[in-house]
Amino acid sequence: MGQEYMNPKNINYDKIINLSRRRFLVTGVTAGAGLTLGVYLGGCNKPSAEKATEAAADKMAAAATNEAGPGLAGGEVVTDSSFEPNAFIRIGSDNMVTVVSKHLEMGQGTYTGLATLVAEELDASWDQIHVEGAPADAKRYNNLFWGPTQGTGGSTAMANSFEQMRKAGAAARAMLVGAAAQKWDTPADSIAIKDGVLSHGNLRATFGELAELAAHQPVPTDAFLKDPDEFRLIGTVLPRKDSKEKCYGKAVYTQDVKLPGMLTAVVAHAPRFGGKVKSFDATEAKALKGVVEVVQIPNGVAVLAKDTWSAKKGRDLLTIVWDESSAFKLGSDEILAQYKQLAESAGAVARKDGDAEQAMTQAAQTFEAAYEFPYLAHAALEPMNCVVKLTAESCEIWNGEQLHTGDQMSLAALFGIPPEKVIINMLYAGGSFGRRANPHSDYVLEAASIAKAINGKAPVKLVWLREDDTQAGYYRPMYYHKIKAGLDKDGKPVSWQHRIVGQSIIKGTPFEGGLIKDGVDGTSVEGVANLPYSVPNISVDLHSPEIDIPVQWWRSVGSTHTAFAVETFIDELAVAAKQDPVDYRMRLLDKHPRHTTVLKLAAEKAGWGSPLAAGKGRGIAVHESFNTYVAQVAEVTVKDDGSYSVDRVVVAVDCGIAVNPDIIKAQMEGGMGFGLSAVVSSKITLKDGKVEQSNFHDYTVLRMNQMPEVEVHIVKSAQPPSGVGEPATPVIAPAVANALFNVTGQRFYVLPIVNVSNTQLASRRKHVA
Amino acid sequence: MIQLMINGTPHQLDIDDDMPLLWATRDIVGLTGTKFGCGMAQCGACTVHIDGQPIRSCVTPVSVAQGKNITTIEGLDSKEARAVQSTWEKLDVVQCGYCQSGQIMSATALLAQNPKPSDDDIDAAMSGNICRCATYARIRAAIKEAARSLA
Repeated sequence: MGQEYMNPKNINYDKIINLSRRRFLVTGVTAGAGLTLGVYLGGCNKPSAEKATEAAADKMAAAATNEAGPGLAGGEVVTDSSFEPNAFIRIGSDNMVTVVSKHLEMGQGTYTGLATLVAEELDASWDQIHVEGAPADAKRYNNLFWGPTQGTGGSTAMANSFEQMRKAGAAARAMLVGAAAQKWDTPADSIAIKDGVLSHGNLRATFGELAELAAHQPVPTDAFLKDPDEFRLIGTVLPRKDSKEKCYGKAVYTQDVKLPGMLTAVVAHAPRFGGKVKSFDATEAKALKGVVEVVQIPNGVAVLAKDTWSAKKGRDLLTIVWDESSAFKLGSDEILAQYKQLAESAGAVARKDGDAEQAMTQAAQTFEAAYEFPYLAHAALEPMNCVVKLTAESCEIWNGEQLHTGDQMSLAALFGIPPEKVIINMLYAGGSFGRRANPHSDYVLEAASIAKAINGKAPVKLVWLREDDTQAGYYRPMYYHKIKAGLDKDGKPVSWQHRIVGQSIIKGTPFEGGLIKDGVDGTSVEGVANLPYSVPNISVDLHSPEIDIPVQWWRSVGSTHTAFAVETFIDELAVAAKQDPVDYRMRLLDKHPRHTTVLKLAAEKAGWGSPLAAGKGRGIAVHESFNTYVAQVAEVTVKDDGSYSVDRVVVAVDCGIAVNPDIIKAQMEGGMGFGLSAVVSSKITLKDGKVEQSNFHDYTVLRMNQMPEVEVHIVKSAQPPSGVGEPATPVIAPAVANALFNVTGQRFYVLPIVNVSNTQLASRRKHVA
Repeated sequence: MIQLMINGTPHQLDIDDDMPLLWATRDIVGLTGTKFGCGMAQCGACTVHIDGQPIRSCVTPVSVAQGKNITTIEGLDSKEARAVQSTWEKLDVVQCGYCQSGQIMSATALLAQNPKPSDDDIDAAMSGNICRCATYARIRAAIKEAARSLA
């Protein structure tokens, strides 16, 4: 399912033809503009199932070759004698190599990773590489796993770009070699390149010196790629390209954009989802110094001011009467009660192997468990924001842009303009965790609606305050799981029945056609529908109730809940079978060598089975998401007051070829830490339809004093690289819950686990004794 | 008129005296290295120094900061700061980077006051700074390494 999630074949952002802003530059050398070519390097890494769309995309690309100009990124002007062999690379006479990243840098290290691929094949020096974000242009910058859609998500950036970016680098290299061959009148194969310098005998030339001449070389269509054993950068620890600017406060995020005459907007949102403005009085707000305008938009009232503080003060002075006749008014408790009720009946079938019901009757013993998961906010540290500037015929935005094509389509529809008239400047995102890839373009449309309401007379920066970010929705949905398993007399599972209840993330989005099949949203069941354990009879079914609370993918999506249910339940079965949890899993993962490799590695490195002091426990979990395999061993200490700490986490990961081992390590540390917040404290709850949390004092997240020591081990692999942004996140919750069981002898079925209860403590005393 | 001394430069600002220093610094003066995260001193992204002490500028009205020396990430220039920033780079601490100005301001102030912080000292000084990317392990390692480089 994870696999399918990465390859929605039928995204409905169809027919995006995005002509470049510099379409007047046609193929060839134009005076004063260097070389501009529209070389299409896409389509090289697509799964075979996508061949039909690939053919269509290639046709579109061929048509585009004559009109699409590369190097639009950031809207920079191509300088004299700069060399642009393709849409991803620009080499200047100053010897700088600019790599255009089609993916958003939101912390996961993609700017560094994608640049590494280019630098590798180009034989560039790492120091001469500079990265900038691509503009919105689904034709050249589409995610190859998503068809004609540009966006970042599903841990696909490295996986879909691995060959594409290397080919881009190799093509540029061949053209530089061709230029040197011409200049020195020597065969191309007698020229060497190392660290950005071409040489032949005593002759030397830098990329910059050859840039102009290289621009006149033919563009190779099949430049040769290195064999993996020739890699000199891939697999090594290269420093991040974004470190310096982020350490000195110079990196630019959406929050930092200031355009001439720009107004800042803060919005009063309805207190309940589905609420609408009935009437409002802005007299006091308008009297405030700094406030320029107050406008009604579809989902609230916006105060526009010369600065953020004045806008906020103005917003707080509004008097609004809300029409809540169709607002959502239930609380989390009532929703849970409904879900429990639903779980009593069969849902849409997500998987059926054998006859689980029949096999259950034959089992020597059976076990049942039910799990509860709350809504979760993404709570990126940079709250949602977006800058919009309108002209008579275009809309330009500045955004930590995670779903270019979706936002482009949404804005085009709002303003009734062609998609190519929507210009997107992709800036760094101060975290996202999925939030900035909103398939409904929620906050982007909100910003645009404000700009529209003032007729575009000033550029607008929408700023969500933390309270807006916490309460205005798009949460990881609440879920309820019910599992029953039957073991034979040897403790081997013969039947596994698994029912999931929770809102569909995909329903009503352009991803619906590809990701909902036979009434099953693949993202609700991934991690269970592809249960790796050998069980002859399996049934998985799903209820997707429709509730008016906006939901969205949250780092690792379905695995955020499925990994917890599966990995704590299998642990429970291991104990029931009187077997070691690692051995038990190993036996049942007989057809999944990548699972067992990480499981074994994590267990070994953590000293699985070695004694721990009283009050301490150890737990393990293994899970695959987005083609990456992660096992974690958590060590916990339970204190007498019921509080507990997670002291140490050992991570083993198999993500194919490790392009940058230090970034992989960072994502394992951080992805685990992100998941740990949802174990120890985070939850969004509703009462009478109102979200009960508002800021970091009540939507609590992991802090320094709660961070465990982390140890990361990477499996050496020759498989193509898979993503690392998400797969560490879902594994920590079951590892911790299993470790808490190891101390207390009690199981945990509800997240978050804020404390160990008194009953469980009593059990711990007995267990330890 | 409010007068603020930011990074050694005086600024005369026509703003209300209840405006938090954060917004005066970012929106009026135009120094955007200091970040907004929560507006209620819960996340530490807005940390700046007033007379060398780390404070949360999102809840500090400009009236309180008048007549004092305000240092932001753009003006950081002590030996502790240089050690912290170069170690941060060396260990590639940052991910999204949005909280890191605040983290670096807090870490610099910690090392200025306590050249050899223990793990507990680091917890006490740094637990007010949230990092949603959870770079905490590297922040801890970087503080220790910066302390060693200063010793």
